[in-house]
Amino acid sequence: MNRLAWALHDGHVIALRNMILIRRVPEVLVGVLVAPVMFVLLFAYVFGGSIDTGGVDYREFLIAGIFAQTVVFGATFTGAGLAQDVQKGIIDRFRSLPMARSAVLVGRTASDVVYNVLTVFIMSLTGLAVGWRIRSSMLEALGGFLLLLVFAYGFSWVMAYVGLLVPKPEVVNNASFIVIFPATFIANTFVPSENLPGVLRTFAEWNPVSAVTQAARVAFGNVPPDMPVPDVWSLRHPVAYTLIWVALLLIVFVPLSVRQFQRAALR
Amino acid sequence: MMDVAVRAEGLVKRYGAVTALDHLDLEVPVGGILGLLGPNGAGKTTAVRILTTLLVPDEGRAVVAGYDVATHPDEVRARIGLSGQYAAVDQDLTGRENLVMVGRLSRLGRRGAQRRAVELLERFDLVDAADRPVKGYSGGMRRRLDLAGALVTTPPVLFLDEPTTGLDPRSRLGMWDVIRELTAAGTTLLLTTQYLEEADQLARDVLVIDDGRAIARGTPDELKTMVGGERVELVVRERALIGRAQTVLARFAIDDVRTDEQTGMVSAAVHGGSATLTQVIDALDQDGVAVGEVGLRRATLDEVFLTLTGAPADARDADAGVEVGA
Repeated sequence: MNRLAWALHDGHVIALRNMILIRRVPEVLVGVLVAPVMFVLLFAYVFGGSIDTGGVDYREFLIAGIFAQTVVFGATFTGAGLAQDVQKGIIDRFRSLPMARSAVLVGRTASDVVYNVLTVFIMSLTGLAVGWRIRSSMLEALGGFLLLLVFAYGFSWVMAYVGLLVPKPEVVNNASFIVIFPATFIANTFVPSENLPGVLRTFAEWNPVSAVTQAARVAFGNVPPDMPVPDVWSLRHPVAYTLIWVALLLIVFVPLSVRQFQRAALR
Repeated sequence: MMDVAVRAEGLVKRYGAVTALDHLDLEVPVGGILGLLGPNGAGKTTAVRILTTLLVPDEGRAVVAGYDVATHPDEVRARIGLSGQYAAVDQDLTGRENLVMVGRLSRLGRRGAQRRAVELLERFDLVDAADRPVKGYSGGMRRRLDLAGALVTTPPVLFLDEPTTGLDPRSRLGMWDVIRELTAAGTTLLLTTQYLEEADQLARDVLVIDDGRAIARGTPDELKTMVGGERVELVVRERALIGRAQTVLARFAIDDVRTDEQTGMVSAAVHGGSATLTQVIDALDQDGVAVGEVGLRRATLDEVFLTLTGAPADARDADAGVEVGA
């Protein structure tokens, strides 16, 4: 086998180990599953009545935004999980084995996809319960879910890097919010981007979270007919723009994280 | 080159103003057993981490199993086993899952890893606990599992960092037996310890380090001799017999016989421990020398340090954080 094949093999072994940990420490899973339900209910009922989306059903508009935000929040788990791995004694064992240096990272980001699949599934059920409907075809909707998961995967490498930069696992949440709050709120997730003032509006229009949200709305058939799509390339071609971002995130953060992992483990 | 399993030359590692290793040299022949003896903070763990590729030295070079640790870390990793002071096992996995994971990451394949895990669980007496999470294991079981993890690939060179620190006496003896079996089978071993007794029991050569520097090296016997080693001490009640006691003891002594006229204590450094003590008692008996108390006193790590550095290990230990490298 060549280097890449071994790296995938080793990542797979670590991912399997993380899956065992999910079963053995189910408390974590409960947190993962409760948060999306809470988000959907919170935004649907608390903000639902008071945000103007141009005469469109807000809940319909909202769901794709919540999906995008929640999978981005989910990436925090990647950072926290890695920060914990680095502190555990097992890391010395890993580092003294002739395994791929990237394995712990590849395995962690891969097993977190499972969390995200569960998260999206629970959110969909909750969404359906509060009146959200898929108005396109099942195939298009699946494409939307897939794009959300791909974007989440790319973003989980950003949080992996953050998780390895911080000195203690407890700090990951705070550090993550510095990235996640602006990324998910200065976007078209909860309000149409044209409602935002000047600079924020431009930020929101080019924010990849807006693009993935827009793409999901289109895929689910939740784009209101009387709400024009802003005339910017990013939102006119949201799928392409999202995929470009995912590629960029991976190109930048995979090598950066692998290097930081080496350093963090040396502490 | 290959008759030397581990060779380090001029290793230096600094942490800010603290020098953890200060030009350390060491060598272990193939099949050899080197004990790295020193108090907490002496640099033992730092040395092991460098030799096992976990840490990059600031200066110096090291060759392990024929490969340079800096330029060929993967080749080194494929040929060594490491069992650390803090058991490197996953608390939430079972013993079996830990070993299978290490086996698969060592590229034994799924089947091969499972088979090896079963062998090791049997060998280390962990079969009953195999499918319980490690969280519930005792300290001794964790160490055994960790050592098993280090042996998954049957590495020719083994590093054990304080393998018995914190273990109860029974677990310690059990661990010693396991280590003896491994070295009898020809595994090259470098072990660190804070206990002179452990180095004496397990190692063929001992390197005493302090403040990151080698301060003495030799066989355990040479080392004990150097610091006064094992001494037979006897108290003679009748002053008139002191002369005869000295003559008897001189036959076994490897150094001068010392006499304290005040207390009637006659003592001498000897080899051979309690067997020699028995012979001394017999000889005294034959010569009709009645003794009040008789005993064997072994040199402790404290005495090694007292002799070699002029300060007890404890005192150095207490300032280790500030004084290292000074």
